[in-house]
Amino acid sequence: MNHEFLKIQGRIFDIQKYSIHDGPGIRTIVFLKGCPLRCRWCCNPESQRREPEEMTLRGKRETVGRDVTAEEVLEEVMKDRHYFRRSGGGMTLSGGEALAQPEFASALLQGARYQGVNTAMESTGFAPFSVINELILPFLDLFLMDIKHISSEKHKAFTGAPNELILENARRIAELGQRLVIRVPVVPGFNDTPEEIGDIARFAGGLPGVEQMHLLPYHRLGTDKYAGLGREYTLPEILPPSQEQMELLAEQARRAGSIAVRIGG
Amino acid sequence: MSRFYDGEIAKSPRIDRLIQHLYAKMPEIEADRGEIITRSYQETEGLPMITRRALAFEKICRELPIIIRPEELIVGSNTQAPRGCQVFPEYSYEWLEQEFDTVATRSADPFYISEETKARLRAVYPYWKGKTTSELASAYMAPETRLAMEHNIFTPGNYFYNGIGHFTVKYDEVLAIGFRGIGEKAREALAGCHVANQDYAKRSAFLQAVITCCNAAEEYAHRYAVLALEQARQEQDPQRKLELLKIAENCAQVPGKPARSFYEACQSFWFVQMLLQTESSGHSISPGRFDQYMFPYYDADIKAGRITREQAQELMDCIWVKLNDLNKCRDAASAEGFAGYSLFQNLIAGGQDAEGRDVTNDLSFMCLEAALHVLLPAPSLSVRVWNGTPEEFLIKAARVTRTGIGLPAYYNDEVIIPSMMSRGISLEDARTYNIIGCVEPQKGGKTDGWHDAAFFNMCRPLELVFTNGQEDGVQVGLPTGELNELTTFEQFFDAYKAQMEYFIGLLVNADNAIDQAHAQRCPLPFQSCMIDDCIARGKALQEGGAVYNFTGPQGFGIANMTDSLNVVRTLVYEQKKLTLQELKQALDDNFGKGLSREWKQRLTTRIARNLQDAGRPVGEQEIAAIYKTVAQRQVPLQQQEKYDQLLQWIEELPKYGNDLPQVDAFAREVAYTYTKPVNRHKNPRGGQYQAGLYPVSANVPLGAQTGATPDGRLANTPIADGVGPAAGRDVHGPTAAANSVARLDHLAASNGTLFNQKFHPTALSGEEGLAKFASYIRGYFDQKGMHMQFNVVSRETLLDAQAHPEKYKSLVVRVAGYSALFTTLSKSLQDDIISRTTHAEV
Repeated sequence: MNHEFLKIQGRIFDIQKYSIHDGPGIRTIVFLKGCPLRCRWCCNPESQRREPEEMTLRGKRETVGRDVTAEEVLEEVMKDRHYFRRSGGGMTLSGGEALAQPEFASALLQGARYQGVNTAMESTGFAPFSVINELILPFLDLFLMDIKHISSEKHKAFTGAPNELILENARRIAELGQRLVIRVPVVPGFNDTPEEIGDIARFAGGLPGVEQMHLLPYHRLGTDKYAGLGREYTLPEILPPSQEQMELLAEQARRAGSIAVRIGG
Repeated sequence: MSRFYDGEIAKSPRIDRLIQHLYAKMPEIEADRGEIITRSYQETEGLPMITRRALAFEKICRELPIIIRPEELIVGSNTQAPRGCQVFPEYSYEWLEQEFDTVATRSADPFYISEETKARLRAVYPYWKGKTTSELASAYMAPETRLAMEHNIFTPGNYFYNGIGHFTVKYDEVLAIGFRGIGEKAREALAGCHVANQDYAKRSAFLQAVITCCNAAEEYAHRYAVLALEQARQEQDPQRKLELLKIAENCAQVPGKPARSFYEACQSFWFVQMLLQTESSGHSISPGRFDQYMFPYYDADIKAGRITREQAQELMDCIWVKLNDLNKCRDAASAEGFAGYSLFQNLIAGGQDAEGRDVTNDLSFMCLEAALHVLLPAPSLSVRVWNGTPEEFLIKAARVTRTGIGLPAYYNDEVIIPSMMSRGISLEDARTYNIIGCVEPQKGGKTDGWHDAAFFNMCRPLELVFTNGQEDGVQVGLPTGELNELTTFEQFFDAYKAQMEYFIGLLVNADNAIDQAHAQRCPLPFQSCMIDDCIARGKALQEGGAVYNFTGPQGFGIANMTDSLNVVRTLVYEQKKLTLQELKQALDDNFGKGLSREWKQRLTTRIARNLQDAGRPVGEQEIAAIYKTVAQRQVPLQQQEKYDQLLQWIEELPKYGNDLPQVDAFAREVAYTYTKPVNRHKNPRGGQYQAGLYPVSANVPLGAQTGATPDGRLANTPIADGVGPAAGRDVHGPTAAANSVARLDHLAASNGTLFNQKFHPTALSGEEGLAKFASYIRGYFDQKGMHMQFNVVSRETLLDAQAHPEKYKSLVVRVAGYSALFTTLSKSLQDDIISRTTHAEV
């Protein structure tokens, strides 16, 4: 490829291969650094700040965040092209919030599309609609959109940002006919009641083009990273929801939203 | 809609009961065959060897005790005890005599042996002194070869102590024309011989031997017919009585005469399979393309309504159980290298016909279903994969993989077929290949492959580069130069290549000596009558009777050598962070991590020898003193810090297995240091050598004999398994590891490569998980990978099984080119399996 846009630089903190839960087929996930939200349960706290930072994990100190060109990322991503082709898989952008680096995200998606692989983005849609519409959607096959809560107040209390923009964007994206999956992190004490999940499902079910809703059970796997970054984990000691509770919520969501629901990505 | 039936088939309750009976007791060694063959040899002294072998086989068929186990539908057992084994003193016997009192308690593959059996065997063993293949092979070997073997550079132990095995016969021909038909072919060939022909003596003796064996096989089956009739007469249960009468009818018909039904075909197959493993102690006698040669019988019966799918499945399940009834006792060292009581009877499903059409059929699916029903290590089940492989077949195979039994192994037609053709095999024959033993491709019924001919430890020649070819004061390898003479990395790498070439030459010498010994002392007329072109050529397989003749020794340690040579190049020659001498010291000191007892003893021997060479007398007291000094020696603190720094540098270097094109390109070069020299050699049967790249399970015991390596691998720890990355060093997931491995030249290793992968069960969950897993295999194969196999079991389960073996008696795992019951493996091999990198753990 020899396109100018591939020279665009961005900041990532990880590339993960053989992901089988974030879009169709076998996928490579590119994690972009920086996020406008501060979800208290976030399992990748090292993804939140835009600036590179030091993190100590299992006694090892490492720098999180590096600047790369879209071309460099795509070269790494395309190493798995054989698996993409065989499985209908491809690249998924994640974060952080990929939309916080819109030109870079756009270049990655465009480059992947050019190579003929499936593109997906996991995002909460927290950006001006015009950015999403002009830079992202033309090159995106599947939007994995995070909707965490219907109440803006509660949303703000737990993520640091209100949700009006998110819900509005979801509506407008859906109306354009974009393939969409709504993903909900199920966090005890935040949104794990049947009513709250039901509200999200009703909202999702009312959008055209929503194929599925994924309920992602909260897990504590990221907590040691907070210590590693010298930050405080502000969620109280909560236990991940049980399988039975997840089944119950999924059933509730199916009823409320008349929508296909599954547990896990 | 699928063209095939890919759903579940009900399992007969009989199957679990057969399995219970089979595993009720520890396997046992029996003396009958040892006694019978001794008496036969005593009676036939002075006759041609091929005649003696045929008469011995005949006597065994007539006199070996027979048994029908409870509820069996397919009969034929060469031992009274389930999973028992006979002995084969014509190959070797000393090791067993020496291990009589430890064989029941050893860590790898223990066997019970009664005092009575020991006494009976002790009585016959003196006869064999000087008459075995192993003794003749030793006599044929060059002194430097024996020296290299003493120093564990390579080990041909398998064929040194045992029969060769590693072949597939023409099961289809036995099913179609029976041993009477084959005997008739030999008779015709004999009639075509003229007494005045130059080779009349050998040819006629061979053909006569074939006729004797064909009659003997039929006679053996008839004994079962009689036994079944007798038991039927006494049987109270009317259902079982009918079964026994049917068994009697089957055994009266096959394998002497052609099979007339699927059931008879199954019974005929089984007699062939078990008699082959009564004639010789070779393992990896592989059923091959069972789904192909059995299909016409199945298809005809189904179409005529003579059998239901469930009945056919039950018969196949019975065969699957029976394949676990056969057993073999190896010497303690070999048992470590082939741990898990495995006979490596490889059975393959799917693939193409001679014209390149996909011939996956309903029986291919039923082979997978049988594996699901029995969940046992045998047969070593394989599937052939190519672009034409039906997706539902691959999904069904993935379903079996998901159970965690490590079966099936997946093979790539698109690599294996051209690879075989590059060795002179015809297109048609290559397309109809099957797998032998662990991973070795062969054209069944036409080949004497001698796969698995030796283990070659690629780490040992590197150790000898550091010592100018010397070890323990002896010149074992080539003098490739003192370390200060190796001033560039190219010189260093050349020195390694020179050591490799030298030892590969010695390996060839060892294998050819053994080859010669088998041809002279153990030609095998029964197996030869079922492999082309023995009858037409009038020669046994061991004398070059096969159409295709190979010798395939396998090298292992590519990951360790790639990473090690990379460390030498980068740290010593490019960055000049330390000298070769300093690196050597670090290796000798095991990076300051302490030395094992064996290593201390070895160091003591080395020092004592040096003293002796210098003219100083060394007695027992001096040796004890040296050992004490060695044992107490501690690396000084300052030195230890340096070693820790060195290990840190090593860790930071890029490693094989992470999809790094430059590192992987070098791995390809390193693999060539083994494959290219091997591929140039010839064997005494008129065939060529072909390299394999896999260790079976020998990476663990042979790793225990290997010092620290520059990649940071500590002394006496396992070497990387197969062609995969060293354990724990591949940190970018299964696709990155597979991409690295695919960068090796698998076509140059036509004797097979082995790539183990370990997945967490969650990675295969749901239908979607299966589909993605299948795509993963196809993606690796698109890049010309040859073989792939999987352990799908969580680390927690394995650790728990180690701690509570009683709870996991039936846990089957993948070891190398085969599966085994986890709890029967030695602790160190269990640890090796646990330490392999697990992918997609969530």
